[in-house]
Amino acid sequence: MEDKLTSTRHRLHLMVCAGTACVSNRSFEIKEALEREIKKQGLAEEVLVVTTGCNGFCERGPLLVVQPGNIFYQQLTLKDIPHLVEEHFLKGRPVEKLMYKPPEGKKPIPVLNEIDFFKKQVLIALRNRGLIDPEKIEDYIARDGYQALVKALTQMTPEEIIEEIKKSGLRGRGGAGFPTGLKWEFVRLASTSNGGLKFVVCNGDEGDPGAFMDRSILEADPHSVIEGMVIGAKAIGAQQGYVYIRNEYPLALKRLTLALQEAREYGLLGENILGTGFNFDIKVARGAGAFVCGEETALLASIEGRLGEPRPRPPYPAQRGLYGHPTCINNVETWANVPVIVSRGADWFSKIGTKTSKGTKVFSLVGKINNTGLVEVPMGITLREIIFEIGGGIPGGKEFKAVQTGGPSGGCIPKEKLDLPIDYESLTEAGSMMGSGGMVVMDEDTCMVDVAKYFLSFTQDESCGKCTPCREGTKAMLDILDRITKGEGTEEDLQLLEDLAVSIKETALCGLGKTAPNPVLTTLRYFRDEYLTHIRDKKCPAHVCRDLNVYTIDEKTCLEVGHGCDVCRRNCVSEAIIGEKNQPHRIVQEKCIKCGVCYDVCKFGAVKVE
Amino acid sequence: MEAKVSEILQRYEPEQSSIIAILQDIQEAYGYLPREILAQVAEELNIPLSRVLSLATFFRAFSLKPKGKHPIHVCMGTACHVRGAQLVLEKFERELGIKTGETSEDLSFSLDAVRCVGCCGLAPVVMAGEEVHGKVSQMKVPGIIKKYKK
Repeated sequence: MEDKLTSTRHRLHLMVCAGTACVSNRSFEIKEALEREIKKQGLAEEVLVVTTGCNGFCERGPLLVVQPGNIFYQQLTLKDIPHLVEEHFLKGRPVEKLMYKPPEGKKPIPVLNEIDFFKKQVLIALRNRGLIDPEKIEDYIARDGYQALVKALTQMTPEEIIEEIKKSGLRGRGGAGFPTGLKWEFVRLASTSNGGLKFVVCNGDEGDPGAFMDRSILEADPHSVIEGMVIGAKAIGAQQGYVYIRNEYPLALKRLTLALQEAREYGLLGENILGTGFNFDIKVARGAGAFVCGEETALLASIEGRLGEPRPRPPYPAQRGLYGHPTCINNVETWANVPVIVSRGADWFSKIGTKTSKGTKVFSLVGKINNTGLVEVPMGITLREIIFEIGGGIPGGKEFKAVQTGGPSGGCIPKEKLDLPIDYESLTEAGSMMGSGGMVVMDEDTCMVDVAKYFLSFTQDESCGKCTPCREGTKAMLDILDRITKGEGTEEDLQLLEDLAVSIKETALCGLGKTAPNPVLTTLRYFRDEYLTHIRDKKCPAHVCRDLNVYTIDEKTCLEVGHGCDVCRRNCVSEAIIGEKNQPHRIVQEKCIKCGVCYDVCKFGAVKVE
Repeated sequence: MEAKVSEILQRYEPEQSSIIAILQDIQEAYGYLPREILAQVAEELNIPLSRVLSLATFFRAFSLKPKGKHPIHVCMGTACHVRGAQLVLEKFERELGIKTGETSEDLSFSLDAVRCVGCCGLAPVVMAGEEVHGKVSQMKVPGIIKKYKK
């Protein structure tokens, strides 16, 4: 507590983002430079540097937010720091050139929540983003953290907690969108013949490529997940919980482990929590790099030390889960929503969103988009608002083609559906799904056949091999797609793809297998023309499928504009380019491996691709 | 038994549910899972070696072969894929003279493709050991290799 009191004496708090993306952009060096410079200017008593979890606007890192005032600095470099400290923190003159400038306007926007990227966001799961040090429980408590836990443990019965969650309309944020309160009720009412044990589990095996919200929550606000789990445990009557974290997330593991320790020291976890007589503790289980372990029955098998293979349901984990006991599994984002619902009430929560989908959803907005990052938006917002207002549109003046949601289980949504209000049902109707919230934007340079092939090679690679439809079926589909991208496909192949897709959907064992054909089905539904161009014309309109590309050099441009600069020849890996400096160059097709380096390095547009 | 192994075993309860965590620690300590150590672990936990091996080959985090001193992981997540990760991976293959999944003869580098490392904002991403390199293009590959080459 001592720390807390001293820190409130500081005039300014500098919140340095220490999410994974900013860290890899050297944000820790920025932090040290800030501290050095602040000391040098004699401001150490007045200005405090704090490291926070992911701010969300990853594209612009490393990031710094100055509090109070919410002043947003971006793309900082070490040499900016002395000037920034002197001008802003000593003399009180904010530095405009380090602020965010919108692409169309020239005037910088100093205040974070006036920037388009942040303006339309509504923060529930990410409520503490950029405001707390994830390694200090006092910071979480200062933002009303653990108040919901106190309320749930001292003023509410388990039935009342479940009723509140049911009434809020919260649905699982991990993919399928099952009503959370209902799941809790199943587990609470499940009979416990053998030993009376029940478990709660947090699924942090975020496997969808292109999704990183769970990582961000665990890294930025681990206590929100712990608090949610204690409340859930009280509601269903569990004594033990597990958080299953992906192997690829070392920082999340570190911060969660630390947070669990702090929570125990504060009496918020362990024996006799808050003196109420309720016992509950949480263990961490590390994943070992298997996508299929995101499936709940596979995840439970992996916690038990067995092969991470799914098993048929029913019985659902709510009936027979970990070690055969009733188990409640929710994902990271779902757990992080729980404390807010308990403290602010179901009525408040259910006012946000659509008829069937309440509250907010966190999306990771990535791919061909200007403002890459993590956004939390109310359900019912349109894709257009997310992509063009928050995301700032497509870079380089390119045209939007599709957005992929739901990872390997989802599909590609075309521009005709940009005005679709997003919720669980609307996305499913469009052939995709909510999934964990990955949103990969694609432009005219993305080949939709290649995207379908990419996802199928992912599922094929990650298929655990237990059931035949997924193991062999996705392989057969992948072979067909491979043929098409090589210009060897036939029109009958499309029908065969559809037939295979339908039988896999109907017969695969687990949810991941059943949804594996979705990327192929949606691209066939919305982008059939692109498939046909590959098949009939042996061309890839986006020039992605390399076997169909032909690279040539326009000798006139090469000589007259580029003066035979020779850069392409020097960079060509297969020695396929001939020509001397100041002379036109030429590509020997037999030697060309179609890596596209010449196209990338030519500054004069002399290299053509068809 | 090597001191390193018994120290790892002591961290956990000697039961089946500890096996994945134990294998992870061994992988971290040795850079791979040496066969003779797996046999020791199986005996200590009283489970068949075949079961230990089935786990060791099922999960991606484990390798039965030694990895390079500088493991290179090229992210093949969706965001990286649409921004050209495949070309980056192939450039690494050519520059290092090894295929994906292989280790160089002098054990200095190994090359693997990984699924999303969760830094999609920096796509395409390459991890060299613990260090993340963002916005990697084919042109940047030789520089990254040079940084770690002694």
